Amino acid sequence: MSQATGIKEIIKPENLVYKKTKVMTGKVLSYCPGCGHGTTHRILAEVIDEEGLQSETIGVSPVGCSVLLYEFLDIDWQEAAHGRAPALATAIKRLLPEKFVFTYQGDGDLAAIGTAETIHACNRGENIMIIFINNGIYGMTGGQMAPTTLPGMKSSTSPYGRDVKMMGNPLKMTDIVATLPGTYYVTRQSVHTPANVKKAKKAIRKAVQYQKLNRGTCFIEIVSNCPSGWKMTPVESNKWMEANMFPYYPLGDLKVPAEENPQKQTNPEKND
Amino acid sequence: MKGNEAVAEAAIRAGADGYFGYPITPQSEILEYLMEAKPHERTGMVVLQAESEVAAINMVYGGAACGKKVMTSSSSPGISLKQEGITYIAGAELPCLIVNVVRGGPGLGTIQPAQSDYFQATKGGGHGDYHLIVLAPSSVQEMADFVELSFELAFKYRNPVMMLSDGAIGQMMEKVWLKPQKERSKTVPEWATTGKPPTRERVIITSLDLDPHRQEKFNEKLVSKYNEIREKEVRFEELSCEDAEYIFVAYGTSARVCMKAIQLARAQGIKAGLLRPITLFPFPSKRLNELSGRARMMVSVEMSAGQMVEDVMLSVNGRIPVYHFGRMGGIVTTPEEVVDFLKSKI
Repeated sequence: MSQATGIKEIIKPENLVYKKTKVMTGKVLSYCPGCGHGTTHRILAEVIDEEGLQSETIGVSPVGCSVLLYEFLDIDWQEAAHGRAPALATAIKRLLPEKFVFTYQGDGDLAAIGTAETIHACNRGENIMIIFINNGIYGMTGGQMAPTTLPGMKSSTSPYGRDVKMMGNPLKMTDIVATLPGTYYVTRQSVHTPANVKKAKKAIRKAVQYQKLNRGTCFIEIVSNCPSGWKMTPVESNKWMEANMFPYYPLGDLKVPAEENPQKQTNPEKND
Repeated sequence: MKGNEAVAEAAIRAGADGYFGYPITPQSEILEYLMEAKPHERTGMVVLQAESEVAAINMVYGGAACGKKVMTSSSSPGISLKQEGITYIAGAELPCLIVNVVRGGPGLGTIQPAQSDYFQATKGGGHGDYHLIVLAPSSVQEMADFVELSFELAFKYRNPVMMLSDGAIGQMMEKVWLKPQKERSKTVPEWATTGKPPTRERVIITSLDLDPHRQEKFNEKLVSKYNEIREKEVRFEELSCEDAEYIFVAYGTSARVCMKAIQLARAQGIKAGLLRPITLFPFPSKRLNELSGRARMMVSVEMSAGQMVEDVMLSVNGRIPVYHFGRMGGIVTTPEEVVDFLKSKI
């Protein structure tokens, strides 16, 4: 009882160090324990809140695990068909150029069925932010092979491991879009440690600020985990991600604005 | 001017906010005209050549969900590609205009005019229970006039509208009267995504509902909307039907052929008339049913294997014989062929 009383004494506004971000709706997240989606939602909501953009933002949600994203962030939303989010965002931004427009897409959505929409939106330099969650698997439909599934990696449609001779190699969409003149800022991040969460949030904030400059597409890949699809505990999945995903999808900036770092623009340098 | 050009100019003048298209014969003049006319300088209208028909219709989705007057155009194979986006637009109850300048199919088919997309246009086209409002122009003037009408109906019912033209009307040149320039609308519908101010709840444009009971309620809402459209928006034209014993039912190019066929038939003492549906959905079933009380026969004349004829049969409900006549593959029926067919059935 004395412990409970102690907590009550501590719960005072001046002692509050962490709370629900205003831009999160309070709806319970539908994700599996340990999944990176929740953290990414949270930092996205924080940036929108901190930048004062709640009333200026139109988000485009995808088909995949984050199909119900519009339930979780308290902003205006459009729900796209599978892979088509960049096409919707293109029209939104062109018709409402003063608004902040972004898409949030998984690897199946962005790098398989939506490849054309992704590449052409980036190539036109649409002035939008694309957040790309890459966990190497189709999570919502139950763990099928994705375009980004690693060689040898098992999934329900590659039960003996991805055979690259038969099934092709994993697609590095982020590397591809970094080569297009239309992209302004391209980076690959993760949200599996506090330090990485900070870096990823910083990347989102940059993309938000760059959109005001009207210089082209900002593309942020978040290499993430899928404990359920990978059939691992959250901790195991993060270790596996570090050991297997990061070597294939190295974290760091792939393209930064020339005026900020001329060397990086022409000579993409990976950092971690 | 060409029918396709008339659509493009009428769209600018109707105050359209955006056009998103992809080239395909026989409708590429719409995109070409819009690019050349620089509507962004005239009205601020956005015109964009998309990477595919799929992207174009999804751009229409994005623009429509912002409450904007947006449109796309294509021809049969391209319209098939758009079906995914169209069903999402219908499911999200968004207004837009889709122009289909029909060419013969199936597959790549031909680039010559046809009316073989009637089923696709009027019965839904994509998956799920839905209808488009379908307008069928039979002249260049109507291609121009139906742009504004389409936007009016689309916004009135929050429903996609298809203008079902064909390669003949899209390509033919006729004199056309265009309305003066209308200003682009500044009013934003309350259902549109514009960024959420603190004063209202967030707007979510979606066609997803995982709860089957709520989804069924939504389907019922759509059904009642379609019934209201059936009640209020039927449009058709009658020609020489007052004393007609034999009635042609035809739209678009086939209706023009039948206008001449009526003259030929009447010169031979055959009392023929024409009912020209202007809306294919809603279909003028009630009027056809009335006419079947005094006519002896109806012939659905279409450049297809016989599609609209099914709706004519349903309207007449077995009271009088109903036949289909038409050519396919991009061949336009001649009035003489139509009259010969009629005579063979009398």
